[in-house]
Amino acid sequence: MNDSLLDVRGLSKSFPGVRALSSVDFTVRRGEIHALMGENGAGKSTLIKVLTGVYERDAGGTKLAGREIFPNSPQEAEACGISTVYQEVNLIPDLSVAENICLGRQPTTFGKIRWGAIMQRAKEALARLELDLDPSRQLGSCSIAIQQMVALARAMDVSAKLLILDEPTSSLDEREVSELFKVIRKLRDDGLGIVFVTHFMDQVYSVTDHITVLRNGELVGEYLTAELPRLELVARMIGKDAKDVAAMENHDPGTHIIREDKPFLEIKNFGRKGSIAPLDLSIRPGEVVGLAGLLGSGRTETARIIFGVDKPDSGEMFLDGERVNISSPRDAIRRRLAFTAEDRKVDGIIPNLSIRENIVLALQASRGAWAKLSRAKQDELADKFIKALRVKTPGPEQLIKNLSGGNQQKVLLGRWLATEPRLIILDEPTRGIDVGAKAEIEKLISDLRREGLAILFISSELEEVVRTSQRVIILRDRKKVGELIGEAITEHAIMSQIAAPTAETKAVLHA
Amino acid sequence: MLSFSIILFWVVFAALLFFTRKLRIFWPLLALALLLLFNQLLTPGFFKLELREGHLYGTLIDILKHGGIVMLVALGMTLVIATGGVDLSVGAVIAVAGAVLAQAVAVHNLSPGVAMLIAVLVSVGLGAWNGLLVAGIGIQPIVATLILMVAGRGIAQLISEGQVINFTDPTLVFIANGYLFGLPFTCTLVLVLLALTYALTRGTALGLFIEAVGDNDVASRYAGVNSRFVKFTAYVFAGFCAGLAGLVAASEIKSADANHAGLYAELDAILAVVIGGTALTGGRFYLLGSIVGALLIQTLTTTMYARNVSADIAPVPKAIVVLAVCLLQSEKARRYLSKLFPRKNMATPAPKFEAAS
Amino acid sequence: MNRLNPKYIPSAATALVMIALYVLGCVLFPNFISLRVIVNLFGDNAFLGIAAVGATFVILSGGIDLSVGAVIAFIGIFIATTISSGVPPLVAILLALLVGTLFGAAQGSLIRFFDLPPFLVTLGGMFLMRGLAFVVRQESLAIKHSFYQQTIRGLSIQLAPRIAIPFTAICLIAVVLVATYVCVYTRFGRNVYAIGSSETSAFLMGVPVGGTKIGIYALAGFFSALAGCVSTFYMQSGNPASFVGLELDAIAAVVIGGTLLTGGVGFVAGTLMGVLILGLIQTLITFQGNLNTWWTKIAIGVLLLLFIVLQKTISGKGRT
Repeated sequence: MNDSLLDVRGLSKSFPGVRALSSVDFTVRRGEIHALMGENGAGKSTLIKVLTGVYERDAGGTKLAGREIFPNSPQEAEACGISTVYQEVNLIPDLSVAENICLGRQPTTFGKIRWGAIMQRAKEALARLELDLDPSRQLGSCSIAIQQMVALARAMDVSAKLLILDEPTSSLDEREVSELFKVIRKLRDDGLGIVFVTHFMDQVYSVTDHITVLRNGELVGEYLTAELPRLELVARMIGKDAKDVAAMENHDPGTHIIREDKPFLEIKNFGRKGSIAPLDLSIRPGEVVGLAGLLGSGRTETARIIFGVDKPDSGEMFLDGERVNISSPRDAIRRRLAFTAEDRKVDGIIPNLSIRENIVLALQASRGAWAKLSRAKQDELADKFIKALRVKTPGPEQLIKNLSGGNQQKVLLGRWLATEPRLIILDEPTRGIDVGAKAEIEKLISDLRREGLAILFISSELEEVVRTSQRVIILRDRKKVGELIGEAITEHAIMSQIAAPTAETKAVLHA
Repeated sequence: MLSFSIILFWVVFAALLFFTRKLRIFWPLLALALLLLFNQLLTPGFFKLELREGHLYGTLIDILKHGGIVMLVALGMTLVIATGGVDLSVGAVIAVAGAVLAQAVAVHNLSPGVAMLIAVLVSVGLGAWNGLLVAGIGIQPIVATLILMVAGRGIAQLISEGQVINFTDPTLVFIANGYLFGLPFTCTLVLVLLALTYALTRGTALGLFIEAVGDNDVASRYAGVNSRFVKFTAYVFAGFCAGLAGLVAASEIKSADANHAGLYAELDAILAVVIGGTALTGGRFYLLGSIVGALLIQTLTTTMYARNVSADIAPVPKAIVVLAVCLLQSEKARRYLSKLFPRKNMATPAPKFEAAS
Repeated sequence: MNRLNPKYIPSAATALVMIALYVLGCVLFPNFISLRVIVNLFGDNAFLGIAAVGATFVILSGGIDLSVGAVIAFIGIFIATTISSGVPPLVAILLALLVGTLFGAAQGSLIRFFDLPPFLVTLGGMFLMRGLAFVVRQESLAIKHSFYQQTIRGLSIQLAPRIAIPFTAICLIAVVLVATYVCVYTRFGRNVYAIGSSETSAFLMGVPVGGTKIGIYALAGFFSALAGCVSTFYMQSGNPASFVGLELDAIAAVVIGGTLLTGGVGFVAGTLMGVLILGLIQTLITFQGNLNTWWTKIAIGVLLLLFIVLQKTISGKGRT
């Protein structure tokens, strides 16, 4: 108990109609990395927001290094010694790197900012993370990974005792993740307590010492990472039996079910400078083709040029053997292509419209403004997909923003299925949704495939790609580097192709 | 004192309020009812109606008549705001339309029909210019329409060569001063435009597209909505509405005054739209709400005239309305209120709990 | 450093346009070269400039202030009335500055505490101030006080025989210097940029967003009130009906001066250049003599268009 740094006892927080946290205990020790796990709605975010002073708690106590604290704003939390790095980089793109590190606590004399001192401090903070970066550079011109590191440097600039990392890795590729982990481990060895929130199991097991699991706002338990098998962890998170979870792990080879040999989509030498080097790819009806690769390897870029969001500058594209030229998403939809984009909130849902309106939108758009679907037809479509996709909602007139992430994803799938597509591109359809809903979406993908849809499936989670795909295209550094078919698809095979040039990537990750 | 018709009026209004109690339009309607009630009790003669030569006269009729310009402009503005934009140039467009109309009739001796057509077409053109800047080039709407707001009155003066041009053509004078079905002709004009707007947006899928684009532009484009076309259409339509309002404004004073025609019309129209329940950030829109909002603004102005308040001071109560509307629509303000009256906290929407994860 | 940072391009363009307009004037009209033209340019546009500096802060933070013109008119008639009722001018001016600052702070508080859109709040503020100006007095009122007739005039700096930098111009230059200092060397100033660039990030980084917002509008209110005071120095009177639409000129000057209307990028010095450009256009048209004043509006509109398209192309390239 002596080495406990953060001690949360009986923390409760309610929102009107929702009990987000009920009497949760949470302990972080000095010099450890502590994973905070749970499905969406488990209360992770609420817990963190209470700790960082964004929300006010209803009941309970928080002690940091033995002292009772009551942060009422992120500023006060920082002053207490709690620093946070968020999933989306929360820095100021228009200001310089140095200023981002020091903003809000710039050194001043008589109120006058000392710019020289800011530069000096920024250099020191960057050096501590072994980052070689010009502090006068405008932040917005740096890559996301660098920005994430700057956020970390900022968090370290105050003498933090507790560092909270809220899904810091979701937009980093594997190499960047291992860089980040190196830094985190160093900070841990310096005696910091680190809270690590993530959806990635691998990362939890490679870097953390303890795991605390929350479910429905309640504490499930605290475990030693080394002593909790993965399947057990998943089971605790979703509150199911470990055997049910094991059933999810089935691979769907499905090669024998593919009905036709003629591809629906075929691209040859198709590419765009700066996005993705020219590549060949074909998808047959009834086939799931997985696109595997690290973030930034050109997966989303490939999807975008196929769907006409970006224009290709080389190669040709064939649909049903006929050469076509797709210049916009509208064009693609007309040719019965569909695309669920990576970022559901930004590129997917229309938050303040109803489920019904979200479902009919793409079909209506393909018909044009003048041929309006009758209300009866709209209701019929909404009911059909709510039932078929098992969307949990009181009714079709519910606003989509009130649904959970997994249900939003199902509605978006419904939006595209309503257009009766022949090819659907799914870019990270399971990102940020809970394990139960993930399994359901995977099952849906398999069902759709059996019905004869061609599917291009993009996911960062290799197990998922392995489970659902009949063919996997592997991308690295914006280039296609390999292709696996049927039984040859294993996590190991994909990993070895991705990681071919830098074997140490894997080593670091699984250290 | 209370005549039968006045009792009937209040009964109908009360019934209206009752049936709309769960709709967005309830609040502006209630505000209008309270303002009218205030006048009923404290402003003598406010509800007096006279029938002369088959035409109705009275303060209430004046509200309908003079509110015409803002109502017309507000319809177009509703669509623009729903796309997530705003059109600051409508006042300037009103001035241009008036100048074109007067110049065509008084200087070039064109027939009134042709003159009106040209004036409206020019306005549509100006709307298309705004649409081009916003939808074509992708300039922020406040900025894009600011250009025409600044330059528009200069253009109007250029057209009218800096003169106030008078005209006497009976057809043109009729627009704002004539009567149809016992009511001012502007009422018919507003109703026709309302019906047209309704048909344009709800009879087709354009309304859905407008709301989708206003709520999430990128997602709408990925879903195949032609977002540029939708926005462009909204600005063109706003130009069209401003053009019609320009005809009314010129007809009202039988001349074109480039400096004063439609002054503050854009602000009144935006206010009307927001009062009506359409959020400035775009998304869901409420056409009838905007009409009620425009009526509320005009009733306020007319109340002031009827109570002999100087026209110059009129902005003060208007400011109070702006403030009240803002506060009513602010979720935060409602939350403070529900803290004050804890029993009725059901009005507070549950926060997006899941989304926080 | 070998390539120009994109955020300086609009300001560089502004400087170019300003110089080009001045050279054009010098080529067309021989009298244009005189020092007097430059001095007058500063003096005549002083109150617009001061108001525009206030607007710069608001726009940098991603907001907008529509109340500027009405506040200046209100402060003008307020000072005129209080002085004529026997209040010492300095007291009246201090009172006016206080009123303006409090009014701005009130607007800022509404925006901060109720999450209201600045557009609507300051629209309400505009109506309120315009109406209140008429409540104070219905028509214009000349200020007859020795402080105005002699002291203010005596505060000018003599440059050459019969050419002096008027006190109004001195005020403008002082305001620009102070505002630049605030922008670059104070935490408040940096917070303004941070909020304009990304409000949520700024909040999570511990920037006191709420207080800063109130401060920004209070500062804008203060500058509007100061502009109102300077307008009384310039006009020697107050008029409740004056300066209608001045907020548009102020916003135009800020945009032409290179500040992004979305916030986060811009310079006070750019705003000064923007104001001088508007002034130069006015002067050119006055010198020309045959052109009507409406050309001013059209010219400003065209310049706005050019600069907005320029900003658009730069920011389009700078960000993905």
